[in-house]
Amino acid sequence: MSLYASRRGANSAATTLCWVAAVFGLSWLALILGSLVYEGVRGLSPAVFTEMTPPPGSKGGLLNAIAGSLVMTIIGVAIGTPLGMLAGTYMAEYGRYSKLTMIVRFINDILLSAPSIVIGLFVYTVLVHPMGHFSGISGAVALALLVVPVVVRTTEDMLLLVPGSMREAASALGAPRAHVVAKVAYRAAKAGLITGVLLAVARVSGETAPLLFTALNNQFWSSDLTAPMASLPVVIFQFALSPYKDWQQLAWTGALLITVAVLALSIAARALSAGRRNSK
Amino acid sequence: MLSIEPSRRELNGAGDVSDIALEQQASQSVIVERTRVLARIALIDRVFYQVTRAAAVVVLIILGGVIVSLVHGSWPAMQAFGFGFLTSQAWNPVTENFGAAAAIYGTLVTSIIAMVIAVPVGLGVATFLTELCPHALRRPIGVAIELLAGIPSIIYGIWGLFVLAPFLQSHVQPALISAFGDIPFFSTLFAGPPYGIGMLTAGFILAIMVLPFIASISRDVFETVPPVLKEAAWGIGATTWEVMRYVVVPYTRVGVIGGMMLGLGRALGETMAVTFVIGNAHKISGSLLAPGTTISATIANEFTEAVGDLYTSALIELGLILFVITFFVLALARYMLMRIEQKSA
Repeated sequence: MSLYASRRGANSAATTLCWVAAVFGLSWLALILGSLVYEGVRGLSPAVFTEMTPPPGSKGGLLNAIAGSLVMTIIGVAIGTPLGMLAGTYMAEYGRYSKLTMIVRFINDILLSAPSIVIGLFVYTVLVHPMGHFSGISGAVALALLVVPVVVRTTEDMLLLVPGSMREAASALGAPRAHVVAKVAYRAAKAGLITGVLLAVARVSGETAPLLFTALNNQFWSSDLTAPMASLPVVIFQFALSPYKDWQQLAWTGALLITVAVLALSIAARALSAGRRNSK
Repeated sequence: MLSIEPSRRELNGAGDVSDIALEQQASQSVIVERTRVLARIALIDRVFYQVTRAAAVVVLIILGGVIVSLVHGSWPAMQAFGFGFLTSQAWNPVTENFGAAAAIYGTLVTSIIAMVIAVPVGLGVATFLTELCPHALRRPIGVAIELLAGIPSIIYGIWGLFVLAPFLQSHVQPALISAFGDIPFFSTLFAGPPYGIGMLTAGFILAIMVLPFIASISRDVFETVPPVLKEAAWGIGATTWEVMRYVVVPYTRVGVIGGMMLGLGRALGETMAVTFVIGNAHKISGSLLAPGTTISATIANEFTEAVGDLYTSALIELGLILFVITFFVLALARYMLMRIEQKSA
């Protein structure tokens, strides 16, 4: 009886602790989102989307930062996606069991969680330093390097899900290998491939560290890719650490914008892959 | 193959005139046409294969490039300071004397604080999700945690600076200081004025940030346990806790540790969440409440302002050290997760 009681006791203690952990963990996360919305919405106004980042002590918006983020993200994704998709295609379609695939998979998984600031240092030494100045394009390249591992991973995973019998059917009809990949495998895995790109966009749109010393920042409107370019995360970083109330408010609002964008992208990706879990 | 069609139609059009020479000529042109098309297809096939293979190799080159460029960039600092760089606490841009000890110490300490908090809580959340949570809530909470794992770290940083640090400064830290003031070891651990920002705050922010990673990976790993194993344990009367302790955890140990290492890799390399609240002080202090610095925070704060090649080079060497540390942690994590995947397959 006492053994029974102690087992029951241990069980209820453990389950209670798990409940406490869950409530504790989730409430911190809820608290962060709560204060983000509370502080961010206060600063939300049309001016945020129509005016440039202000000098200290005056009102303004985040237009140039938003535009800079969009431009660099788009270029980064445009460079990184084809590269990642081709590499993922090789791993799933051609060299499924080859040594190269195993090595690339391992390295790619490490790049996936490597510190992004190191990527920034890398781009600084190979692009910014030789060019002699910070530039929007080097920021975009840094983001592209972060896009690649995400896309490689999802492309490989999604192509591996395409049933082999579909490829065999196409091959039996005499379709060459490249056609089988492009017309059958890609088409079957389309939703998954788009999911990968969306996840990659979500991943890079909030990245700050690799932009700090590649694109730097720019207080004014700039469409010149060879000049320093503003981006939302870097502006948030700079404004949040400043002593000026207006800047801090803009930082909160910018943080809210990024979070909403990232959440929207992840939810869209999730809806696309409809019920399928691909969280790792 | 479609392009063969026209020639055949021509053949039919020729119709009645079917004379042997013409037919031979025609079939020859069909063969020529066909070999040309096949050659083109074979070429496209080969090119596509080579292009995808090259792309896969580029991924390797990127990693190689990162390592080579970091080593190249940090060469001047390596020559100037040698191995002493790793143990020296000096960080003086004016006299150009640099050492990484304070930054490495800060990186390790904040990551350890983060893991001490996030691992038990993360495992608790994962257990809650797989065993205790009402079925209707499982998916929504699971999805919410996965979404939170994707929120940019700068959000955690700004929240830490404006909300958490002031709160800790006014409520938690004074209490810690007075509570542990008389206990020998802890009095140094929690000594000094409550700055708000510092190692403890940075560690705590990191904990909140890696919590969703650890929780969602552990949950995925827990779900690889075959239901039959758990049902067998329940069948002989084991409690929920006993099933977790003696069936699920032993079965998934490698994967859980891999997930933790992955979280540790994130924590070690995290920049923005830490930079806001670490205080950027290049000194090793016994107190967790004191401001410090981490490798990534140092680079983020000082890189653009670094004047002189040696200063820049020292910062790049810091980056190299960080990369090497995280590389091994992540490699170990991936190896362990790979093993659990093979087990479940």
